Amino acid sequence: MKFSRMLSALSGLLVLGLLVANTAIAGGAIEGEVEKQPVNVSAIVMFLLFVVATLGITYWAARRTKSAKDFYTAGGGITGFQNGLAIAGDYMSAATLLGVSGLVFAKGYDGFIYTIGFLVGWPIILFMMAERLRNLGKYTFADIVSFRLEQTPIRTLAASGALAVVVLYLIAQMVGAGKLIQLLFGLDYAYAVFLVGIMMMIYVTFGGMIATTWVQIIKACLLLGGGTMMALLAMSQFGFNLETLATKAVEVHDDGIKLMAPGGLLADPISAISLGMALMFGTAGLPHILMRFFTVTDAKEARKSVFFATGFVGYFFMVVCIIGLSAIVIVGTDSQFLTADGKLIGGNNMAAMHLSKAVGGDLFLGFISAVAFATILAVVSGLALAGASAISHDLYASVFKKGKATEQEEIKVSRLATLGLGMTAIILGILFEKQNIAFMVGLAFGIAGSANFPVLILSMYWRGLTTKGAFYGGFIGLFTALALVVLSPTIWVSIFGFEEAIFPYKHPALFSMTTAFFAIWAISKMDKSAQAKKEALLFENQEVRSQTGLGAEGAAAH
Amino acid sequence: MSEQLYERIKQDPNYIQLSQTRSKFAYLLSIIILVVYYGFVLVVGFAPEFLAQPLSEGSTLTVGVPIGATILVFAWVMTGIYVRRANKEFDTINEKILEDAGK
Repeated sequence: MKFSRMLSALSGLLVLGLLVANTAIAGGAIEGEVEKQPVNVSAIVMFLLFVVATLGITYWAARRTKSAKDFYTAGGGITGFQNGLAIAGDYMSAATLLGVSGLVFAKGYDGFIYTIGFLVGWPIILFMMAERLRNLGKYTFADIVSFRLEQTPIRTLAASGALAVVVLYLIAQMVGAGKLIQLLFGLDYAYAVFLVGIMMMIYVTFGGMIATTWVQIIKACLLLGGGTMMALLAMSQFGFNLETLATKAVEVHDDGIKLMAPGGLLADPISAISLGMALMFGTAGLPHILMRFFTVTDAKEARKSVFFATGFVGYFFMVVCIIGLSAIVIVGTDSQFLTADGKLIGGNNMAAMHLSKAVGGDLFLGFISAVAFATILAVVSGLALAGASAISHDLYASVFKKGKATEQEEIKVSRLATLGLGMTAIILGILFEKQNIAFMVGLAFGIAGSANFPVLILSMYWRGLTTKGAFYGGFIGLFTALALVVLSPTIWVSIFGFEEAIFPYKHPALFSMTTAFFAIWAISKMDKSAQAKKEALLFENQEVRSQTGLGAEGAAAH
Repeated sequence: MSEQLYERIKQDPNYIQLSQTRSKFAYLLSIIILVVYYGFVLVVGFAPEFLAQPLSEGSTLTVGVPIGATILVFAWVMTGIYVRRANKEFDTINEKILEDAGK
């Protein structure tokens, strides 16, 4: 009966863990205090191999990065298949591997429900946005919104939305990286944060989008390969029979047969729909994901890249669910992975890491640790590049220099901006070490879905959108998402310590997105200026370009 | 890019036709995805016991497992359907439109 006591202690923690798990999936991998582990030599050696290989790529990429186009979009010559892997890589953060498997480990079927929400945004992005993004875009998504609207206000808005998302996401990744590395490699938190920050600066400053893309592609392959291997090794213990695995998991898990059914996680339909909207539309407003659509040669390749990305991500989610379910049986019943009071060492999000040790020994644990670290590096690099582009291309070149900056000046500024973002990420990563950062990725998705996405999609589809409507409506969306998250249980109760939250739901998207769309619509309708009329007239030409690709950015001849 | 070129394309019946067909197709597929996904979310919210039924007499796996997996695969298949039609049929018409406009 010792197991059931262990497991009931574990599930007592789940109430708290769920708060964390909600956001942990997309962002910070490890929450709360972690203990430094003994130095893990095989993990460090394998990670160093990855570092050496990616530095080699960065050197190669740096020699090919001459123009702004090379820096921002890898010259626009990436194929659909390569870009599909890179998008999948951006989407599969270390937290997906650790957070989703941890969620399945804790809550079974509910974890699976989550992954579905994460995937279904992709077909919509393909049907409604992919070819238009490619045909209208150049370096940042602000290029699309400001196609017929006024440059200065629109780029200010877009850069604010992009930077807010990038900084929140970066902090979550940095803190997650620090804790993960403490646990896996036995390095100090501060070293880990510095290491991630410095590697990220090297990749992006020297190698721009070419290096960032290839680092992402390599990492995606490692992650897909490592995950598959772990799932196969685990399944071999159950004769590759899902029914056998499920039966054993149900036997040892505290939830019993409920493990295989929807539980309390999404019981409240408003929260479920709001979360679904944040996942679906937030994805379509993440600047580092949108930027990937400008790296392919044409609309054809842009479409293909979503097809491949959806396939890889969907496959990976299924693998991760099998990992989580296997961990219940293999890890959850093995005392070497449990603390004295029956909790999983390092928390539920360590389920996949422990499983790798259980099925493949120290060497395989080392490999998976190195993959997790590589994953964080690749994701923060993509974020840094997206943030740097918002600063150099939107704020510096368009807002401050009014389009009069030379290409070399612009690249120089984006390199400086990368260094600035890297330092900021390191400092904030250290400052937030002991803070509860569970809300950050949720907030990033909320802002992406409530500020960036409405403005972007309306600029593509609605003739009546005006500069004023986009500018004020976009900022209203941004601040509504921010205010609702502050007033929600995640900050108001968990951090400020008030008894009851003013806004009862954890996910603001349903409300903040609706507010944003309504504000943009109402303000655009009220705007009777001559400028607004001119903008409506330009819509037809924008339609021709977005549908046919006439005048779209070509690939650089290399 | 000359204004004339844009005007010529806007008048091209092929362009008008393509624009309508493609929009309809994209909207249709989007609606199918949204109905399937939010339908699933509503079942999770209001009728979770439906998904909790055992797959067959005495099995541990529930009906929810294959349904969830089918939605993941379905989402991917839908992207395949769109890409296939857009990259062949739509792009062929598109090339003709650009050619006719004298690009």
